[in-house]
Order: sequence, then C-alpha cells, then structure tokens
Amino acid sequence: MVPSSDHPAVETRGLTVYYGDRPGLLDVSLAVPRHRIVAIIGPSGCGKTTFLRCINRLNDEIRGVRIEGRVLVDGVDVYRSGVQLEALRKRVGMVFQKSNPFPMSIRDNVTFGPRMAGVPERELGAEMVERSLRLAGLWDEVRDLLDRSALDLSGGQQQRLCVARALANQPDILLLDEPASALDPISTAKVEETLLQLKERYTIVVVTHNLQQAARIADDTAFLMDGRLVEVASTTTLLTNPKERLTEAYITGRFG
Amino acid sequence: MSGSDLTTVGRRRIGPGVLSTAAATVVVVGLLAGLIWIVGVNALRWFWPASVWRLDLVDGRVVVGEVVERHQVAHRSGSSAAKRVLVKVGNRELTGRDHVWIEESDIEAATTPDDLARITRQTNGDAYGVVSAIVDLDGRWRPVDDRTMVERVVDDAAELWRRRTELEAEISHLRRPLTRLEHRLAELDRSAFGGSAEGRAEAASVAEQITAATAELGPKLTDLGDASGAIATRLAAGRLEIAAADATVEVPLTDVLDVEWPNTLGVWERLGVTVANFGRFLVASPRQANTEGGIYPALFGTVLMVLIMSLAVMPLGVLTAVYMTEYARPGLPLTIAHHAVNNLAGIPSIVIGIFGLTFFVYGIGGGIDELLFSDRLPAPTFGTGGILWASLTLALLTVPVVVVATREGLLAVPSGWREGALALGATRWQTIRRIVLPAAMPGVLTGLILAVGRAAGEVAPLMLTGAVKLAPSLPVDGTPPFVHLERKFMHLGFHIYDVSMQSPNVEAAKPMAFATTLVLLLLVLVINLTAIVIRRRLRSTYRLVEI
Repeated sequence: MVPSSDHPAVETRGLTVYYGDRPGLLDVSLAVPRHRIVAIIGPSGCGKTTFLRCINRLNDEIRGVRIEGRVLVDGVDVYRSGVQLEALRKRVGMVFQKSNPFPMSIRDNVTFGPRMAGVPERELGAEMVERSLRLAGLWDEVRDLLDRSALDLSGGQQQRLCVARALANQPDILLLDEPASALDPISTAKVEETLLQLKERYTIVVVTHNLQQAARIADDTAFLMDGRLVEVASTTTLLTNPKERLTEAYITGRFG
Repeated sequence: MSGSDLTTVGRRRIGPGVLSTAAATVVVVGLLAGLIWIVGVNALRWFWPASVWRLDLVDGRVVVGEVVERHQVAHRSGSSAAKRVLVKVGNRELTGRDHVWIEESDIEAATTPDDLARITRQTNGDAYGVVSAIVDLDGRWRPVDDRTMVERVVDDAAELWRRRTELEAEISHLRRPLTRLEHRLAELDRSAFGGSAEGRAEAASVAEQITAATAELGPKLTDLGDASGAIATRLAAGRLEIAAADATVEVPLTDVLDVEWPNTLGVWERLGVTVANFGRFLVASPRQANTEGGIYPALFGTVLMVLIMSLAVMPLGVLTAVYMTEYARPGLPLTIAHHAVNNLAGIPSIVIGIFGLTFFVYGIGGGIDELLFSDRLPAPTFGTGGILWASLTLALLTVPVVVVATREGLLAVPSGWREGALALGATRWQTIRRIVLPAAMPGVLTGLILAVGRAAGEVAPLMLTGAVKLAPSLPVDGTPPFVHLERKFMHLGFHIYDVSMQSPNVEAAKPMAFATTLVLLLLVLVINLTAIVIRRRLRSTYRLVEI
C-alpha cells in the first residue's frame, strides 16, 4: 500500500454491515480527503462506530458480522484477500471512546505498537517516546513520570496517551471514536487542540456526539442516521444550512 | 402509616432468617476452629517437653514416665466412676510395651523429681529414668551428678558419629567409579550378550579396569576404612546406664540422640525446646517404622511433587483456557469441551489414580522401560509408581481447576485492552501474550493455588502411583543424574494415613499423626498465603476488581 495523492485517504463505496440479521450500516459511500478532519455525527446507534471499525477492520473481531461494499484506504480495498491486518492497523490508528491505556508504564504504552511490529529495541528509545507524547500534547505533563503506570494518569491524560500510542506507529490516518465523551471541558479542550495540530500531518475521522465539537474541529461533517448516510458537507454548511430535513431536525435538537 | 412509625427507635426484630443463617455460620466456623484446635493442641503437646513423673503405687511398685492421657471410665462394679491415666513409660526393651494404663486410685504419690531424665534414642523409643552411670568414649567412668559432663559426653559422641558418617560418605564417593565398573561386570554376566565374543571381551576389559582401579584406590580406601573403624571402636565403648523404675537400662552412646531433664525446665525454656523439637521434626528422617523421628522425606516429597505437578498443570491448563476463551468459536464442540472440563473436576480421585496407574505407570512407564531400560527388565524402572507419574496424575486431577479459574481470569480482562492492542497492529497471539495473559495472572494464580492445595492433601491417587510408607532415598540426591523422577517418594498425606492406621505401635504413632497433620495444614496455609499476597499485588497493578 503505497500512499498516492490521487486517491482520498479513506473511501467507502456502498458499505453495508450486518450484525447477524440486524443492519449496522446501509450503503454508505463517503470519501475522506487527505489531511482533513471529518466529523461523523448522528444519534446513538446510527452506525458511527461501526463505520470507524470497518476502516481498520476491527469489526472482524465481532462474531456474526457481515460486510458488503468496499472500504478503500489510499485506493486499496482493505477487505481484499491478502491484505495484512497488522500492516493496515499500523497505518490506521484508532482511539477509543473509553480510554484504554495498557496496565504498564507510560513509556511501554507508547512503544507498544512499534515493538509489536518488530521495530528493534534500540529504536524504541527516548526520542520516539518524546516525539509521540509531544504530538499528543502530553509531554510536558508526563516527562518525569515515564516509568509510572499509565493507569495513574487522569482521564484526559489517559486519552491523550492513547493518541500518543497510536501516533507512535506513524499512521497516516487516525480514527477517533468519541474521544472526549468521558472528559471534562478542560481535558476536552486539550484533546481538541491536539487534534487541530495533528491535522497537518494526518487524516482524521472523528465520531462525536457533540455538535459544538464538530463545529470547532472538523472541516467536513457527515450525518448518519439509522445506518444511512443522510448528508455530508463542509461543517459550516451542514450545521448552518443543511439540505436535508432530517439533518436540520437533528441539529436543531428535535430528536437524538 | 404514620410518621412516628418510621422514626420510632425500637429493638430490631430478630427474624427466623437471621437466626437460622447465623446458626449455620456458627456451626461451620465452630467445626473449623475445633479442627484446628484438636490438631494444634495434640501436635504441640508432643513437641512440648512434658514433665517426667514418678508415680508411687499403693502396691509398692514405682512407675516413671509421662502422663499422656486421663480417662474417666465407668467402673465395672457399677455406680462409682474411676479415673485412669495413660503413662508413657518408654524403656521398650524391658517389657515390650512403652505405654501403661494405671488406675488413679492405685496411685499413692505423684512427684516430679529433678533428676528424672528423658533420653531420646535411635532404637526402642525414649528411655526414662535417672542417669546412674556414664562411660565416656575412652572407656572411663564419669561422674553422673554433673549434668554438663553428661551433655558433653553425649555431644562428643554425636560429633564423632558425624565424622564417621562423613568418612563413610567419602569412601563411597571414592569407590563410585569402581562400583560402576562392578555393576557393569555383573550386568554383562547376567545378559545374553555376555556369552558372545564381544561380551567376553568387554567383560575382560572391565575386569582389568577393576584391578587397575583397585590398585590405585586401594591404599586410600584402606586408610579411610581404618579411620572409620577406629571411630567405630571408640563409639562402641561409651554408654549410659539409666536406673528406671525397677531395672537398669543400658544405652550405647551411639544410640543416644538427646538427654534432657524436663522437670528442671521453666516455662520459657520449655517453649524454646518446643520450637527446637518442631524444627528437628521437620528436618529429621523417620525412625522406628515412622513412630519416631521426623518427616523430612515426606515434606520434601510433597513439595517436590507439588512443584512437578505445577510445572505440568500450568501450561496445560492455561493453554487450554486460552484456546477455549480466545480462539475457539462458540458452538456445540466448545460447549461439550467446556462441560467435559467441568465434569473432569468431579471424577473421584481414586478413579484418576487408577487411570494414572494404567496410563502413566504401565502404559508410558512400561513403554519407556522397554525402549530404554530393557536390560533391567523384568525389574521395572519407570514402569512402576514414581514421583513423576504421581505428579502427572495429580496434574490431570487438578487441570480443570486451573482451566476454569484461568478462563474466568481471561473473561475479566477488559475488552478495551484486547481491541486497543489489535488496533495498534498487534497480532492476536501478541495481544494474548503481552496484554491478556498478564492481566489474567490473578485468575491463573487462583487456579494454581486451588490446584496446589488440592494436590498437597490428596492421598488416594498417590497410593496407586508412587507414594510409599518409607522411601529408601529422596528423589533428589548426590548421585548422578541427581534428580530421580522414577523413584518412589513419601508424602505428608499418605504419611498421616500410614502413622494413624498402619502403625505397629499405635500409642507411639498417634502424636506423629497429629504433628504431621499440623505440618500439612501449615504447608497448605503457607502456599495459600504466598499466592494471596502475589495476587493482591498483581491486582493492584492491573486495577482489577475482585474476580
């Protein structure tokens, strides 16, 4: 998978997902251009998380899942046979809704991905740890605590550590599943600031419940409902002048 | 309902629910406390240096010994109850019995004179009486009123005895190459190979080597043998004479393990002796058909067996649990496997023992013998009970416990960690090894503790697969290859059964049974406590909730 500029970073074509008989996504076609932040909004259970988990194929972990359509990362169909799951997931980092730092030191959390990928131990040194933590905006807070357990950090710090951990893999794409839903406003602001700074180098897909958050950080926003893509547009347009009545109803708070 | 009903402070009513459940709890806790009390008191009483009594009987006889038990018995004539005491009189060589019952009404006076001593001996059990004469190692009579002198002579003898043991060990060590050659020659003579030309040639060469080795080692061996013989002669000279109730007992110094005058000891000194006795009990070998001495080989055998079992059961159980939890797809086969594992835990242990005997001992062990030790057949090497087979049999018995506990541990690992690792590009196996298994360690340890606790106390399967009343040598010793897993071994649980049910001398063996039981309880307790501490620590590392 060589990155090439003529493809969108992520693109889905007619993506349909079934959990057993229950549909999770229906015919979603969406393109995420390079170096942009795309927010995905929609009511609970609309398929936002399912969409994210199709991109790095984490849905494969769920039993009874059936996926139709295509998911292209840099123009390569990730569900094609012969795609190496580990390589794909290294390219496509993910941060979960509930922060999940591993029960080990902060340093080991950051180096986990590269170490698993077989990067030699001497290249997992202080430099890589610092770079990743700086990118995630956590360095100044933990520079002296690198050997402390990651579980000792506060919720917001844990979430940014998860970002740093994903960045240590040097991915092209970052998927974030409601990264700030469990955080207080100050921590949320810090995470958002981090994301805005990452935009220059990464393509970011962020699922969020929070319309203000989408407004603050996303270039484009897509609105999902009942597994269908209702509308996608630049964030300003979608939030101020939606084309679809469903979108309007949602953003004005009439449901969801 | 009026407001006052809610705020009235009244006596809480004790309902039938609280009453019956609390009563059941009290019964259970009481039974457990009773168990520990009975074992503890009976065992500690044996380690405690009890006073030696002099009982003057109405008919003029004198009985010397320890009062072991008091009994109230209904008198034959009817109404009046009589009390009897059981006295351990020792000096078995005099009457052949070391315990006697005496009616309390027959006792005229009971005293504890300071000069009464207890002599612990290699043979014939303890001796009681007054040390009336002492002959030291040079054949000189020594004054007996000086106790330090008695103790010094006894210590000198013990020191010489140690020297002699060392010399003998050196001799057998020096002789080892020679012994091996002699064994080889005997083997050649026995086997059909010895009739062939090559066989005869080898026999001749071995015989030659023996002659050469004898010539080389001969002088040294003779010197050592002479030195050992000289010590033996000196040792044979010394003896103690003990004036018992109405006879004199002569004890050779080589037979004396310890002389003490318990009646002169204060409480604190007795406590010290108790601790020392307990220590000696742990490190000494049994004597006199397990009625005297210690339990070292049984303790050693139990610990070693549990270790080998853990080595077998840990990987087996953990890998099984990982497959069932992390890899296998849900379905009928997995359900069947799951129930099979659970039900394996319910199979009576004697059945597992029979399986171990047929599968491990006769099957695998017999196969090994045919392949590797055919020259020793029909005498079996691995084809008979041994510590390896016993350990593997117990591993089979306890593997369900490990599987179930590990599975619970694995299921308790947050799925966020699994998905987090996978999302970072880790393979499934890396995720299991680096994240899931470490976090499931508390569960794994729980399983291992339960398994070890069960194995340490299990007896029935061991009787079939290698535990014996008295093992001539430990499974680990100085003879190459140092670890002899084919050897039979002693085990605390089996030892308890043996001393309490199979002993030739019931009264003498009874305290041994309690003391061994106490050690077994303590062993299991120590194992459990260690594991609990480790588990606590792991849990706080992983911030896991109690499983």
